[in-house]
Amino acid sequence: MEGINTQISTRNLELYYGQARVLKNISFDIGEKTVTAFIGPSGCGKSSFLRCLNRMNDFIPQAHVTGSIEFDGVDILSPSLDVISLRRKVGMVFQKPNPFPMSIYDNVAYGPRLNGVKSKTELDDTVERSLKGAALWDEVKDKLSSSGVGLSGGQQQRLCIARAIATQPQVLLMDEPTSALDPMGTARIEELVRDLKGLYTVVIVTHNMQQAARISDYTAFFLLGELVEYGRTAKMFTSPSDKRTEDYISGRFG
Amino acid sequence: MSHNGDAVLDKTDWTVKLHGAARLVAGKEAGPGGPGRGNKMKRSSFGGRGDLIAARAIFCISTAGVIIMAFIIMFLVANGLPALRETPLHSILLGFDWYPTEEPPALGMLPLIAGTLAATLLSSLIGLPVALALAVFTAEIAPKKLREVFKMMMELLGFVPSIVLGFIGMQILAPALQNRFNIATGLNLLNASLLLGFLIIPVVASLSEEALSSVPRELRDASYALGATRWETISKVVVPGAKSGMISASLLGMMRSLGETMIVLMAAGGAAVLPKSIMDPIRPLTSTIAAEMGETPVGGVHYHALFFAGLILMVITLAINLLSMLVERRGAQK
Amino acid sequence: MKSVAARKFKDTLATWFFCAAEAALVLLIVCVAYFIFREGHGVLSWNFITEAPSDGMTSGGVFTPLIGTIQLVAVSMLAAIPIGVAAGLYFAEYSSGGRLADLLRLSIRSLAGVPSVIFGLFGLSLFVVFMHFGSCLLSAGLTLACLSLPLIVTASEQAFLAVPQDYRDASYALGATKWQTITRVVLPSAAPTIITGAILSIGRVAGETAPIMFTGAAYFAPDVAKSVFSQVMALPYHIYVLATSSTDVNATRPIQYGAIIVLLAFVLGVSAVGVAARAKLEARNGR
Repeated sequence: MEGINTQISTRNLELYYGQARVLKNISFDIGEKTVTAFIGPSGCGKSSFLRCLNRMNDFIPQAHVTGSIEFDGVDILSPSLDVISLRRKVGMVFQKPNPFPMSIYDNVAYGPRLNGVKSKTELDDTVERSLKGAALWDEVKDKLSSSGVGLSGGQQQRLCIARAIATQPQVLLMDEPTSALDPMGTARIEELVRDLKGLYTVVIVTHNMQQAARISDYTAFFLLGELVEYGRTAKMFTSPSDKRTEDYISGRFG
Repeated sequence: MSHNGDAVLDKTDWTVKLHGAARLVAGKEAGPGGPGRGNKMKRSSFGGRGDLIAARAIFCISTAGVIIMAFIIMFLVANGLPALRETPLHSILLGFDWYPTEEPPALGMLPLIAGTLAATLLSSLIGLPVALALAVFTAEIAPKKLREVFKMMMELLGFVPSIVLGFIGMQILAPALQNRFNIATGLNLLNASLLLGFLIIPVVASLSEEALSSVPRELRDASYALGATRWETISKVVVPGAKSGMISASLLGMMRSLGETMIVLMAAGGAAVLPKSIMDPIRPLTSTIAAEMGETPVGGVHYHALFFAGLILMVITLAINLLSMLVERRGAQK
Repeated sequence: MKSVAARKFKDTLATWFFCAAEAALVLLIVCVAYFIFREGHGVLSWNFITEAPSDGMTSGGVFTPLIGTIQLVAVSMLAAIPIGVAAGLYFAEYSSGGRLADLLRLSIRSLAGVPSVIFGLFGLSLFVVFMHFGSCLLSAGLTLACLSLPLIVTASEQAFLAVPQDYRDASYALGATKWQTITRVVLPSAAPTIITGAILSIGRVAGETAPIMFTGAAYFAPDVAKSVFSQVMALPYHIYVLATSSTDVNATRPIQYGAIIVLLAFVLGVSAVGVAARAKLEARNGR
């Protein structure tokens, strides 16, 4: 990648669920403060790979990983890694919005409070900053103490984004964040991702190619656990190098 | 190895380098509940020592169940076995005379054991059919809206303390029996069994109702589609389908009746003799312990004898409990 | 070959039989309840609840036993709830199945079947004798705690299992440790169900007699227990004592029925609250 620092460098990554090999020999780099989209048909491993990046696969007993993923030079697959700190630097937004059954304020303040922030002024600032960063502040600033679960789907997802960026991560992982939303909600999230680009490294899994084309700088195409092609979005969608990529993008399968 | 943004991955087979890789423990299948919950304790998933300490503490506290159970058995054995020093085992189990305060003490528990068994059996004969009938009614026959009402009523009935039932037996039922049947006392096996039977109805009925409700709808539909009446469907399809659940529930009811103290203490009469008819007073193990422990000096023969009685009771109870769990497990496997 | 008419007749007969059985039971309960109320209502008054028994318990109220029961409930719940919730937490969040968890589950399950008088023996030998607490509120309360443990463990485990996995995922993804996730997200979410289980437990514990008979219940105590090491009067035991060894049967008769009514009101009242709360929670979560 010309002129961009590598933030996450993956080498020879293999992921197994029990005996099944889910990711085969993944090697590529993700650049700092870029938006990278993972596309590919269902079940091809893109969400699984995403979950490797913040070690959420640790919670699956049969999951088993080999290879390396370096985040700012540190191998995050090492057993001695402090996973808790990793997850504060790498935030995640899930497919189905999952705000806590707490107030909006408490939702956003959850991460900072974990880190030991107690001062009310500091928390207030963080909450406001995060909600503004997620383009939700204006809609909820008068009802910060109402339950996060009472918001609409799109608002809930933006709340989850606010919650994730409240810990000031460097990387934001988004696992099909708009698949559970209506077109209006989807549009707002996409707009938000464009705004977030300059501040965070965003990795977004999507099964919607047009979405990838709209918002990402780089795209990685996964098929059956392999990384088939990776490159600048504009180029991948106009003149892909691999025939399989071309077939997928032109809708011949998937 | 770097590559420029447009390169396609080389398809040659890379040798997998175990370069600083984490070997996440591929543990055995997570227990009931799926991944993410109940995962093995992966060190890396805990936030340092504080988290691990919390986990260890939780584990230690939750062993309380085992500890209490072990203590119960331990204390029963420790305090009960000395009775064998006084009297050999067969004399205890088969002796007819229970005079523990005499010198020398007679520790024949046969009347007590017989009393326990008689009360359990008779109360089961009275209570189980009623409970099962109620379960069938609630699950299959009652209109849907009333079903919840009946279930709630049944559950609330289960909360009535046994002392109240014992009281009813003693103050209301006994005089009634006395007058009706012209007997010396209304405090007897029949009285206690009626009340014990009533006691076990809620628990047996609730559990049986659940077993009946969980028979899949498809089986009922199949039966009706073949032109069966409701009663035929109930008797030939639903009840057989819930058989193991109902048996397990019945065993639990018997266990409850076996271990009940206050009802027999107040309504069964208290004579430590073998019952010859259902109008005879009896004295099961439970009421013996309850009645006599209050006046027994700690550490004496009588003290040990009562603990031994408790031991016998525990053995019978555990046996039925195990049986019930086995039945349940067999049923679940089908 | 049975005729269709015969089969339909059988069906109708069966239906009537079952309805009759249910109706008979309801009638029986109503009659007994009416009888109890008739005998005891004369004694019921505000004074009955606030006055202590007097005159060799042939007059007065049930204040001391009532307070004693409340104290017993308090002690037992203070002991049982932390332990029960911890055990439920272990089963739901930490254990990964396997033989050890099975053994723990088995012992909790077995505890549920232990006769109440055996708990009394256990309490006597462990708390009263071995630990030298003597016959007192503490011994009786701890004995009752052991008795209510299975119910609280089961209720807690179910409460934790019902918390959606989504919440945990979100918490972990924000960099929370397991303990933080449990205390900040899972426990608050599960709390209502656990409290419901505790309420149901209270109903059960309040009515128990055998476990407290030789671990702390007093035949008569001039005053409410002021320390955990004093004996207590308790409603169920008081009823037993009045019924079996009262000096003047006629005088104590209405008091006995009155005490029964008070006990039933307490136990059924608390249990009804618990059942209603649980129904409401189930309706809310079952969407």
